[in-house]
Amino acid sequence: MSKQITIPFGPQHPVLPEPLHLDLVLEDEKVVDVIPTIGYVHRGLEKLVEKREYTEYVFIAERICGICSFIHSQTYVQGIEQIMGLEIPERAQYLRTIWSEYSRLHSHLLWLGCFADSMGFESVFMTSWRLREHILDDLEATTGGRVIQGVCKVGGVRRDIAPEKLDEMVKGLKGIEHELQSLTNVCLHDSSIQHRLKGVGVLSNDDAYYLGAVGPTARGSGVAIDIRETGYAAFGKINFKPVVEYDGDCYARCAVRAKEMFTSIDIIEQCAKKIPDGPVDMKVTGAPDGEFLSRAEQPRGEVIHYIKGNGKKNLVRHRVRTPTFTNIPPLVTLLKGCDLADVPVIVLTIDPCIGCAER
Amino acid sequence: MTFFQMTKTVLKSLFSRPATLMYPVKPAKKTDATRGHVKIDPTKCITCRICQRKCPTQAICVDVKEKIWEIDQMRCVVCAICVDTCPTKSLTMDNQYRPPMTARGGLEKFNVAGPKKKEPVAADAAKPAKE
Repeated sequence: MSKQITIPFGPQHPVLPEPLHLDLVLEDEKVVDVIPTIGYVHRGLEKLVEKREYTEYVFIAERICGICSFIHSQTYVQGIEQIMGLEIPERAQYLRTIWSEYSRLHSHLLWLGCFADSMGFESVFMTSWRLREHILDDLEATTGGRVIQGVCKVGGVRRDIAPEKLDEMVKGLKGIEHELQSLTNVCLHDSSIQHRLKGVGVLSNDDAYYLGAVGPTARGSGVAIDIRETGYAAFGKINFKPVVEYDGDCYARCAVRAKEMFTSIDIIEQCAKKIPDGPVDMKVTGAPDGEFLSRAEQPRGEVIHYIKGNGKKNLVRHRVRTPTFTNIPPLVTLLKGCDLADVPVIVLTIDPCIGCAER
Repeated sequence: MTFFQMTKTVLKSLFSRPATLMYPVKPAKKTDATRGHVKIDPTKCITCRICQRKCPTQAICVDVKEKIWEIDQMRCVVCAICVDTCPTKSLTMDNQYRPPMTARGGLEKFNVAGPKKKEPVAADAAKPAKE
C-alpha cells in the first residue's frame, strides 16, 4: 500500500464556483476518501423567520439562493397558503409555473457554462451564457429582477404578464430553441467530451436511492423522482415526462440537464396556451396557525420548506432542506475511486449550490 | 461522431456585434419593470411609517416628530414592498440602478410634508372660542 496524502480542494478553487471544501485523501492519483466541509457562507436565514412578519419573509426566503430564487419563494409561499387554506387564483398558479420553468432554464444554462468551463471548453461557456441572457431579459421584463424576481407573495403573484408579452416570450423561446439544440448537440456528441465524461463518477441506481440523491443526480442514475409530477402550482394540468437516464455517470447527468431545458420550453409553451384570464392575487388576512412541509422541484432537485406558525405574525420555525445538501453524500460516494484530475468535473455534475445548502 | 458542429455558431459570432455591452460607457439594459432604486415624493408623504414596518431589511427609518424620511440605499434590497404598500403613492420605483460606491454611505434624508392638518370644519369655526 502506498502512502496516503491529503489534498485540500476549495473553498477557493479556480474551477469551483462555490465555497465547498473537500479534503481529498489520495493514494497515488486515486481518491480513496473524501471529507466534505461546509459552513463558509452560513447566514442564519432560518432564525430570521422569528424576527420578520410571514409576508415579509418571502423576500428573505427568495434570497436563500441566487439561482433558484423564484422556486424558494414559491415553495415558502405554497406552504403558508396550505396552512391558511388559501385557494389562489388559477392565473397566478400558471404564472408561477412559467416563472419557475424560466428559472430552471437559466439555472441549467448557467450550469452548462460553468461545467464546460471546468473542462476547459470555453466556447460552450460563452455560448450558453449568451443564450441565458435571453432568458434573463424576459425575466427582467416580466418581473423586474434578473435573478431575484420578487414576484411571489402570499395569495398570488405581484405582477401579471400581458397576453402579447406572453406570445412574444414563447416566440423568443422558439428562436433560441434552435440554438440550444445545436449547443447541446455539441456538448453531448463531441468525442473529447464523451471521453471525459463517460464511465466517470458512476452512481449506481441503489446508491442514488439509498443515499437520498435528488433531481438530475438521481434521474441520471435511473431514479425517476420529479416533484413536479405531484402537480403543485399548475404542473398537474401540464403534460410532461421527467427526463431519466440510466447510466449514472457524468455524461448521464449532463444529458438529463440538457434534455430538461427542452422540457421546460415545452412546459412554458403549454402554459401560455392554457393560461386562463382572471385575477392574479387575493386578499389575505390573519396569520398561519399550523405546520406544513412544502415541496417543489428546483433545478437541482427537490427542496423542502418546513413551516410552523402559531397564529401570530411571526412564524415559529422555518427549516429548509435544499437539494445540494442531500446531494453531498452521493457526491462523497461518487468521488471515491476516481482520479484527482476528474474531481472538478464530478463535483460540478451534481451542480453544487453551497449558498443554498448553508442558508 | 460529428464534425464542424460549431462552425455555424462560430461564423455567426464572427460577423455579429459583441453580445456584451461596454457597460459604464453605454448604459445598462433596462425595462419599464426593472427595479432600480426607490424614490420619494416628499410632498405626498404623510409619515405613516407603513414602509418602515414592511421593509424586510429595515432600510427605511421615519421620524414622525422631525418629519424626516430616511433610506439607507445600501441596505435596501429593492423588493418594492414599500412602493406597493404606500397609501399615498409617494414612493415610486425608478428603473435606473444607483451608481456603484467605493466608500460606505448611501444614507439619504428627506424632509417630508407630514400628515395633513385637519381643515377647520365650519361648525368648529362657528363655535365661540372658549374663554
